[in-house]
Amino acid sequence: MADAVLRIENLSKNFGGLRVTDDVTLDVMPGELHAVIGPNGAGKTTLINQISGLLAPDAGRIVFAGEDVTGLQVAARAARGLARSFQITSILPRFSVLENVALAVQARSGTSFRFFGSASEEDELNTPAMAALTQVGLAERADAPAGELSHGEKRALELAIALAMEPKLLLLDEPMAGTGHDETERLVAVLRSLKGRFPMVLVEHDMTAVFALADRISVLIYGRILASGPPAQVRADPEVVKAYLGEEME
Amino acid sequence: MTDVAAPVTPPTRRGLFAGNALPVVIFLIFAIAPLFAAFNAEAYVLGLVTRVMIFAIAALALDLLIGYGALVSFGHAAFIGLGAYAVGILGSHGINDALISLPVALGVSAMFAFVTGIVCLRTKGVYFIMITLAFGQMAFFTASSLAPYGGDDGLTIRMRSTFAGFPILANDRALYYVTLACLLGAYLLCRSLVASRFGRVYRGARENALRMGTIGFEVYRFQLVAYVIAGALGGLSGFLLGNATEFVSPAYMSWQRSGELLIMVIFGGMGTLIGAIIGAAAFLLTEEWLAGVTEHWKVIFGPLLVLVAVFARGGLIGVAQKLRGLFRG
Repeated sequence: MADAVLRIENLSKNFGGLRVTDDVTLDVMPGELHAVIGPNGAGKTTLINQISGLLAPDAGRIVFAGEDVTGLQVAARAARGLARSFQITSILPRFSVLENVALAVQARSGTSFRFFGSASEEDELNTPAMAALTQVGLAERADAPAGELSHGEKRALELAIALAMEPKLLLLDEPMAGTGHDETERLVAVLRSLKGRFPMVLVEHDMTAVFALADRISVLIYGRILASGPPAQVRADPEVVKAYLGEEME
Repeated sequence: MTDVAAPVTPPTRRGLFAGNALPVVIFLIFAIAPLFAAFNAEAYVLGLVTRVMIFAIAALALDLLIGYGALVSFGHAAFIGLGAYAVGILGSHGINDALISLPVALGVSAMFAFVTGIVCLRTKGVYFIMITLAFGQMAFFTASSLAPYGGDDGLTIRMRSTFAGFPILANDRALYYVTLACLLGAYLLCRSLVASRFGRVYRGARENALRMGTIGFEVYRFQLVAYVIAGALGGLSGFLLGNATEFVSPAYMSWQRSGELLIMVIFGGMGTLIGAIIGAAAFLLTEEWLAGVTEHWKVIFGPLLVLVAVFARGGLIGVAQKLRGLFRG
């Protein structure tokens, strides 16, 4: 049996007296899309932040690609191939779309302590960046300032940045947040095209998208995993229906 | 990431450096100014413009920090002082050669930037301003207490630096052109830095440090390197200032001086580099002119700065761009 790309063991985190992550254990197998769903305030983003390194857990450990990364900083985890997108769009607004992605390529390509030569003219950076933009359907917008993109385009740009990192795992925090119907469909199509090539952790509120894409679903409620399994099994779980899906699936 | 067959659009030149006309004109003016000075009051004009160019180097360095990194340093005069004291203190021990004093000036200011930067760069915004100010004042009071080197009164530099024994800076005109060469070098260096791989990460850190971290850059290291470079350029400026004035005193490092450098950068237009040079020239020439008109020149100068701050957000560069837009439109 193949080893898990990501394994989270007994992770716990408190904010003051509030337990936001409560003994969470989950893993992601190679090529698997593992969705994490749950109501607002269930601690989904907090979980993602601990995986990517923005928050330190109080207990438990995180093993990524066979290495315990629990004590590593954000940048060090990113350098090991852990790429994430943000629920609230996080891009460089005054940089061009292409430059946003080229920076992610640059992080993987040689040293960045290079003081001469124009970075924006390096094919070594622009070509892979353009390829990532093409995958998410943003190639024509490459020269636009990123701040001027529509909301849906910004969500796609987040994905392109993550892809350009040549990640070993994609952590997607509500990639569809706030997008319209058409844009959501387009993003689902993009994610489907990436499925199998990258293992992914997908946090998402759009249940149609989640059930269409996920290989496995974990339901998080009050920081605790309520159920975990293939979509059909989770959908049929009476506890999940009662606690969460009931209202969402109507 | 295998299908790299996608068409690559040629990277477009960003508007920032679209026109090289302005830098070329400004450096040409600096290059030919001594020819006009030859007709009257040569020493005065050479001295004044040399001073402008010296402060332009420090302002460039500061623009690298403020304009591209949003690192508002309120202690940048310290580096000028360190550079000037390197010349003064070595000189008082009979070491007058630039082959020694220049590396010492650059090295000491770079070292000071490195050590203080490690602390300063852990803070942000107002705290960064306060802590750079604190380190600047620390340097100021240290210099004031250097009794063997004049303390508060400062130190006369008896002889300008020689280069490998040749007294080439003894001539005002030679000092002028050496300063011009240093300014041009500093300007080209900063331009290259900003556009390079390093500069892109450094600029990105200002835009969104969180995003830069999550794609794998420890922005702190990049900011520290930029801080050290800016410090060394400040030291270069100080080395030249010590030679130009043949004097150094703690006043070179006062917080007022740091404030003036900030005004130069903001006055000229942040984040443009050439704006810092224009700002330094505008500031020092206006000061000189007003001081000739009235003894109470600060009464006029103060409100003038307020007007610029209120009505010319992008500094003089911003005004120029708006005017050009009007004529074209």
